[in-house]
Amino acid sequence: MAFLDISHLEKSFGLLRVVKDFSLGIDKGEFISLLGPSGCGKTTVLRMVAGFESPDQGAITVDGANIVGLKPNQRKIGMVFQAYALFPNLTVAQNVAFGLSIAGVGRAEAAERVAEMLALIGLPDKGPSYPFQLSGGQQQRVALARALAVRPKVLLLDEPLSALDAKIRVSLRTEIREIQQRLGITTIFVTHDQEEALSISDRIVVMNGGIAEQVGAPFEIYNRPNTRFVANFVGTLNTLAGVVVDPAAGMVEAGGRQFALGRALDGARGAALTLALRPEAVHLGRAPGREVVLPATITDVHFLGSVIRLRAEAAGASLSLDTFNRADTPPPAVGATAEVSFSAADVIVLGD
Amino acid sequence: MTRLWSYGALAIGILYFLLPLYGMSEFSLRMIRGEYSLQAYYVVLGDARFQATFGYSVLMALVTIVFGVLLVVPTAFWVRLKLPGLRPYIEFITLLPLVIPSIVIVFGYIRLYNTSSWLPLTGTAMGTNILLMFGYATLALPYMYRAVDTGLRTIDVATLTEAAQSLGAGWSVILARIILPNVLGAVLSGAFLTFAIVIGEFTMAALLDRPAFGPYMQLLGANRAYEPAALAVIAFAITWACMGLIQLVTRFSKHNRVAR
Ligand SMILES: Nc1ncnc2c1ncn2[C@@H]1O[C@H](COP(=O)(O)OP(=O)(O)O)[C@@H](O)[C@H]1O
Ligand SMILES: [Mg+2]
Repeated sequence: MAFLDISHLEKSFGLLRVVKDFSLGIDKGEFISLLGPSGCGKTTVLRMVAGFESPDQGAITVDGANIVGLKPNQRKIGMVFQAYALFPNLTVAQNVAFGLSIAGVGRAEAAERVAEMLALIGLPDKGPSYPFQLSGGQQQRVALARALAVRPKVLLLDEPLSALDAKIRVSLRTEIREIQQRLGITTIFVTHDQEEALSISDRIVVMNGGIAEQVGAPFEIYNRPNTRFVANFVGTLNTLAGVVVDPAAGMVEAGGRQFALGRALDGARGAALTLALRPEAVHLGRAPGREVVLPATITDVHFLGSVIRLRAEAAGASLSLDTFNRADTPPPAVGATAEVSFSAADVIVLGD
Repeated sequence: MTRLWSYGALAIGILYFLLPLYGMSEFSLRMIRGEYSLQAYYVVLGDARFQATFGYSVLMALVTIVFGVLLVVPTAFWVRLKLPGLRPYIEFITLLPLVIPSIVIVFGYIRLYNTSSWLPLTGTAMGTNILLMFGYATLALPYMYRAVDTGLRTIDVATLTEAAQSLGAGWSVILARIILPNVLGAVLSGAFLTFAIVIGEFTMAALLDRPAFGPYMQLLGANRAYEPAALAVIAFAITWACMGLIQLVTRFSKHNRVAR
């Protein structure tokens, strides 16, 4: 059994079923992200783990012990909130020491632990400051230190970066990941930002309508999405309408071209299916290894610096594709005709 | 033009408040014919009954404040946290003392707790003191509840509570170390209003026959000329001292220095 085991969790608010048969096993020291659109039940799952909501059904065990009956203050589960939630009447050091004093840790040891925590978050001098004297990013780091000071068994973070500026969001997420790895603490991180989830997680749970649609490593989620929802929600996606030509051989037809996907298909001959391609799998021009070539018209050009994001009409669909900038090759003009190519192996076949 | 009107209105307001105050202070200094003196103050402050009744009322006020805080802070906290739908009803209940005359309340008390009742509180002095304290707490309830509830609105009660819980804190720790310190300013203004109400209250103290400051003021006012004026000035001074103290406390609670 996993270190933190959530099995068959159900939760309704009135008639609204918010979490549906949610199961997840998390290993010790693992960093898991719950990713999904707003309102899909991420926070509710987290709050059930923390003990702020009680599940209608299902079990949550930590280290083999069921914690569903325990009060939040008995669970030894740390929590970081989107709104920081530092105690405004206490200094930074007092905030971090709060849990220690409740746990009965001695004064000297607590002071030592506070100093250690403040060093860990890179704010060793901020002990005497009050929360209002800190920036948002600093406040959130203090909230993290406060949660970690009591050495919880599990750390929960509910969209901890959502209230911060884009730049701090990126640096702080890396910092959170580093601290998590250094302490080896089992962590659940809730976010609606797919880039955030992809960049820092060991595994991602993509949630939709209270259901865990897919659980997997970021690479797997991004490259092999199981469902249409996951494919669309994680990353940008180009879709092409296709028809199955030969299911056993994996032959499909799209945009007037027939090509083999190199794997067997579920649908019968003549069945419609949706083919999907990531922007980075579609290339401008021909190249070896990219056997499917389609004529295209450039409809949009965004020069982003190192990357040029193009839009092209091909096979009756509008495709988004990325090319790297090269000083000797100017980007194509809008309206120019071109060819786009991709490898059949990069094609994602979408189920429902 | 509008500016002129507002200054005019302000001037009239100030006169309305200051003139009687000035008149009263001036009058209180004229006990000795033909000269200004503090004679009336000496007489009042030197009166043993003044000291006894004032001491009694101050003590009652402090006990009432403690009781009120212990009653109102957890209640307002709990209503905000768990029963937000009940807030309008609770507010209505806390407003009742403003519309029900205290004489009705005190007669109710006497009916319920007289010597032949199931809980004969009026049978002993201590019992009557407790009854009077409950009465005072009721009178102060609208102000105390409103002040605390407004104070709670300035913090994110639910999230702070959950943060404290996840750090292992139980309800008493949350109330004492997180909620109360954050609404201290509000609690103090509620406490000050309670103090003012208790010091000046007449009806309940008189009907329950307790040696409070209100009945003493009434007695003095009915029988003397200069002393009541001196007493009123003293009362004003106490009020203003309280206000100043509230200002000081708010100024020196560090975390409030910047509006959040
Ligand atoms: N205490 C509650 N009472 C009623 N409905 C709630 C409550 N908490 C959450 N919900 C509803 O449950 C759904 C999921 O909420 P939540 O778990 O907060 O989603 P997320 O965190 O993924 O945005 C939403 O539709 C929300 O309105
Ligand atoms: Mg949420």
